[in-house]
Amino acid sequence: MFTAFLIKYAEIGIKGKNRYLFEDALVQQMKYALKKCEGEFSIHKTQGRIFIEAQTEFDFDEVVGKLKTVFGIAGICPVIAVEDEGFDKLKETVVQYIADVYPGCTKTFKVHARRTRKNYPKDSMTINMEMGDAILKAYPEMKVDVHEPQIMFNIEVRERKIYIYSEIIPGPGGMPVGTGGKAMLLLSGGIDSPVAGYMIAKRGVKIDAVYFHAPPYTSERAKQKVVDLARLVSRYTGPIYLHVINFTDIQMYIYEKCPHEELTIIMRRYMMRIAEHIAKENECLGLITGESIGQVASQTMNSLIATNEVCELPVYRPLIGFDKQEIVEVSEKIGTYETSILPYEDCCTIFVAKHPVTKPNVNVIRRHEENLAEKIDELVETALKTDELIIVSE
Amino acid sequence: MEIYLDNSATTRVFPEVAELVTRMMCEDYGNPSSMHMKGVEAERYVRQAKASLAKILKVQEKEIFFTSGGTESDNLAIIGAARANKRQGMHLITTRIEHPAVLQTMRYLETEGYTVTYLPVDASGRICLKDLEQAITPETILVSIMHTNNEVGSLQPIAEAGTLIKRINPKTLFHVDAVQGFGKAVIHPKKMQIDMLSISGHKIHGPKGVGILYVGEKVKMHGISYGGGQQSGLRSGTENVPGYMGLARAAELLYGHLPQDMERLYELKAYFIQGLLKIEGVQINGLVDGDMSGRGTAPHIVSVSVPGVRSEVLLHTLEDAGIYVSAGSACSSHKPQPSETLKAIGADKAILESTIRFSFSVYTTREEIDYTLKIMYDRIPMLRKYTRH
Repeated sequence: MFTAFLIKYAEIGIKGKNRYLFEDALVQQMKYALKKCEGEFSIHKTQGRIFIEAQTEFDFDEVVGKLKTVFGIAGICPVIAVEDEGFDKLKETVVQYIADVYPGCTKTFKVHARRTRKNYPKDSMTINMEMGDAILKAYPEMKVDVHEPQIMFNIEVRERKIYIYSEIIPGPGGMPVGTGGKAMLLLSGGIDSPVAGYMIAKRGVKIDAVYFHAPPYTSERAKQKVVDLARLVSRYTGPIYLHVINFTDIQMYIYEKCPHEELTIIMRRYMMRIAEHIAKENECLGLITGESIGQVASQTMNSLIATNEVCELPVYRPLIGFDKQEIVEVSEKIGTYETSILPYEDCCTIFVAKHPVTKPNVNVIRRHEENLAEKIDELVETALKTDELIIVSE
Repeated sequence: MEIYLDNSATTRVFPEVAELVTRMMCEDYGNPSSMHMKGVEAERYVRQAKASLAKILKVQEKEIFFTSGGTESDNLAIIGAARANKRQGMHLITTRIEHPAVLQTMRYLETEGYTVTYLPVDASGRICLKDLEQAITPETILVSIMHTNNEVGSLQPIAEAGTLIKRINPKTLFHVDAVQGFGKAVIHPKKMQIDMLSISGHKIHGPKGVGILYVGEKVKMHGISYGGGQQSGLRSGTENVPGYMGLARAAELLYGHLPQDMERLYELKAYFIQGLLKIEGVQINGLVDGDMSGRGTAPHIVSVSVPGVRSEVLLHTLEDAGIYVSAGSACSSHKPQPSETLKAIGADKAILESTIRFSFSVYTTREEIDYTLKIMYDRIPMLRKYTRH
């Protein structure tokens, strides 16, 4: 029945002179998403809106599902596009449309007509009134409410065709990926980091990721799980460049030379340093972590001072004020939860002390890091040199 | 170098079996239910496979039923027998160390109103016949005991249990899960008073997705799947002819020289245990009266605990050297819960967390054992240095 979609976008409508950049990026992302769907589509921008028209048969659910992963889309309106065959024919079409989409409907409605083809024999007001009349005659149970209608029937008379739509399927919102630069996500196998990546990507940011692997303490399956998580996030972000860093030797060395209560903090500091190094090499403008205040010992405000100070780049922590349950809800929504809870150990938990410091003193931590002076630079360099790059996409 | 010591998880298919299966799939692909020649031929193959398995087990051809593997065989045996004999009673007996395919089926039957007695085991992982004797009542319709435990390799007194069960209640059926035992021991159901026996193809160098359930001809059984009524209505579904042929051929190959292979495996096992004992603090689980020769347990399974080294870490360390083993049992190692079997034999936390299982096959060599021991000697001291507090 539907042969086209009208795409509504909210925020990018207000970007002044840069607007076309955002619109072009959105069109680009939509094209990329639709490439994976059955059928062929044309996409065109007109007057602050984007239309997708199907050139062939297509699977409605598949297309809507894909569009729901494109950041920048606020709403997806399935549209019927018909040739102009006279107003009586149009009335018939609209009446039939209501029967199909809203069977047994008793809701209030309003007709909202627009004409871009000014030579159409009826003006917008007349279309509104006459169409409203026709609907009321066909469905006496329905009522007109011009102020707060439950359904808004949009009728757009355009140069070549007439478009009818009413439903708005919510999109993910946000801004098209790629309009906000690029950032490096510290991806573990947990629940939080994929959500953090999703949230920053939603602001138009392209995502690279880094994972710290510690064989034989973490397994090949733990790594596969991270690749799987990256793949799930990439449904929204497009291809993700995932850097896998072998962290075992660094971790062992810290274990040997530093107090065990500070192990996690010092480890995190090295992870941040390494992540920043790769980030800079790859033109990333910031780091992203899934930290949330107080969730674990290494995420208290004191601990965050200690892990934050080793980086120059800003560290984005979109979950900082989230409760665990709120994070879980997002992860369920974006489909990463089930993979996140698979029980493979990640490198942060292997050597965790019974009572890790919760209020580390930065000066003390720095002093203890000096114990590492002899070999740490070399170990970090080796880790960076053996960076394994995996390009992950759906 | 690849040293595969995880043969209780699955085995490498014998090349001859793989060739046979491939040929069957590409050339003799008929459906035994078809009326034409191709169907008749396929039926002949099914009968041929049954015949060779019947010969090995010393049973009748019509007592062999093919399934999709050990789990289905166990399910079919337990649920099928429990339902068919419900009028006679609703009591079942099994052990605490069965494979989940048995234990979970028993738990399911509990929700259907059946009562289940779970027999304990001693430190060597064996049941006590006295416990079994006391558990059997006039309402007991089925006893299910595994032949060889998959995690520690303990062997149950199957023949004695068979005699005992039939002496106390001749109507009680006896099911044996022989998924780990078949191919590593001589098993004659009739002599051991076994009414039903589960076997899996992929544990004996045959294909995955195929198994057998032996069902004695007098056993009252219901099928648990519904369909075209194949295999006397006990197990509907188009026969997996290539799989059946593959399983049968693998069994023939193994049983062709079983005594020699078993002897060789026992020697390897004793040799390996001697080597392992040189590692400080090491414990071998499931041995009978501490007999370090390993006789009295399965020839192919060695369960080892290295206190102070978590099993997963040791597993990945060995993996790094090309040696594949299992932490506890492969079937339960996706869930980080302590093994029921190890708990049942009384293992404490330090043992539970540090147990790995080596399992041999006819392909295992002494060189592989030597290399494995060498790697363990080299790396365990280092792993012990870095432990969680």
